[in-house]
This record gives sequence, C-alpha cells and structure tokens, in this order.
Amino acid sequence: MSTGFRATRDGVTVQLDAGEVSILRSLVSQVLGLVEPGTTGDDPLERALGIGSAAPPADPVLARLFPSAYADDEDAAQEFRRYTEATLRDGKRADATTLLETAAPGRLTLTAEQGQAWLRAINDVRLALGVRLEVTEEVHEEIASMSEDDPRYPAFVTYDWLTYLQDTLVRALW
Amino acid sequence: MGSTAPTEVERPSSDVRPDLPWLTIVWNDPVNLMSYVTYVFQTVFGYPRQKAEKLMMDVHHKGKAVVASGTREEMERDVQILHSYGLWATVQQDK
Repeated sequence: MSTGFRATRDGVTVQLDAGEVSILRSLVSQVLGLVEPGTTGDDPLERALGIGSAAPPADPVLARLFPSAYADDEDAAQEFRRYTEATLRDGKRADATTLLETAAPGRLTLTAEQGQAWLRAINDVRLALGVRLEVTEEVHEEIASMSEDDPRYPAFVTYDWLTYLQDTLVRALW
Repeated sequence: MGSTAPTEVERPSSDVRPDLPWLTIVWNDPVNLMSYVTYVFQTVFGYPRQKAEKLMMDVHHKGKAVVASGTREEMERDVQILHSYGLWATVQQDK
C-alpha cells in the first residue's frame, strides 16, 4: 500500500503501484460515466447560458453529488439547479478527466492545481461509494470488525484506502 | 420597507424582507473528512485555519453551521462552489 501524498516544492507527490492506479482509474471512470455532461435544453439561448434541468436527479449518488441548494424552498431549489447544475457537472467531469490523464504507476508528481482536481475527484468517488455502501461516521471501526469473508469487505477496504489517500493529499496541499 | 407605489408589481415572498441577510449552511455528512472540510473552508472563504477548524467542528458536533452570510447572490455563489467540493451546503434567509 502506498505511503500517501507528500508535499514537494511546487506541488505534491505520491507513489502508486499498478493495482492502485487501476482501482483509482476504474472508480473515477465510473463516476465520470455517471456524471453526464451538463445537458441544457434545445433552446439556443438556454444552451449558451448553460441553463439545464430543474429536476433533482433520481439516482441517490447523483442526488448527493448535486444536492439541493435550498432545504425548505422547492421552487428556489429548482431555479438554482436550472442555472448551476450543468456547470457543476462540467467541473466534476474536468476534475475526473485530470485524474485519469495524470494517474500512472510509479512516482507521480502533480502541480497544486492538479492536486486540487485529484482532491475533488477522489472525494466524488468517496461520496458515491459512501451512498452505495451506506457508510456512517463509524466506518473505520466497522471495517476493523468486519469479516474478510463479508462480500462488502473489498469495497469497504477500497473506501478506507481512498479516505487515507485523500487525507494525505489534503495535508500535502495545505 | 415603507410604502410602495401603486404601480409596483407584486414581488416574490422571498423579497419581502430584504434587510435580512442570507446564510450559507453546511450540513454534517459521514463521508467528508474533517481535514478536507477545514481545508475547503480555508480555500473557499479565505478563513484562517483556526476559524475554519471551529466551523468544521460546529458542523461535526451540531449537525450544521452557518459558514457565511451576505446577499442571496453571494450565498448562492458560495453554495455552488461548496457543491463543487462535494460539501452538503444550502442557502437560507436569516430568520
């Protein structure tokens, strides 16, 4: 297992083996597949302004990645979503793409900007896994007491590894 | 607000009390890391580390915290940026 990210003079660095890169790429690709490009209506003006759908996503993972901006005002939430979700989708896709283009086995060095994209992309994967695995704040303890025969075990261990990787990346970027 | 001119169109209810500031709220969730949330508050709002950590602890222990206040437009912009970092943030009017 990698030792996580470290700060360098002009960015961050990490050592990843081929298996780790493969897992990372696979998960980020899945999020990228889930987050479709920001879709706008057929109206050319709406398209130019990036105005899209007002309806919240039905998929719970997408609903977590694109949360409602108003807790108690459905009309305001829909209006906000119409004007912002397409941009937000494009941003998440750009972060995922940066990770996929830079992730490679061996010693990897990223600029601070690329590191920030990795940070958000890894977080999106953790949010997606968190929803699917229904993780709680006690996830670390839960894994520690989980049997290795548990069918959920590999996914939880992967989640825990991503948590570690992200935490070291935050500290390297600070 | 004082008296209104008879020609003024009816405004949405949210504009009735424009003197009240709007708030950006961040809610606790089991996925976002304490270190990451602190880092995001520092990066997005330019808060010093101590303030960012206190806000993060408020979110963690109380379930939510007001992290910024201002105009509705400013708060919507903040929420959009926080959503880009994966934080669970909402806008509401101070009441």
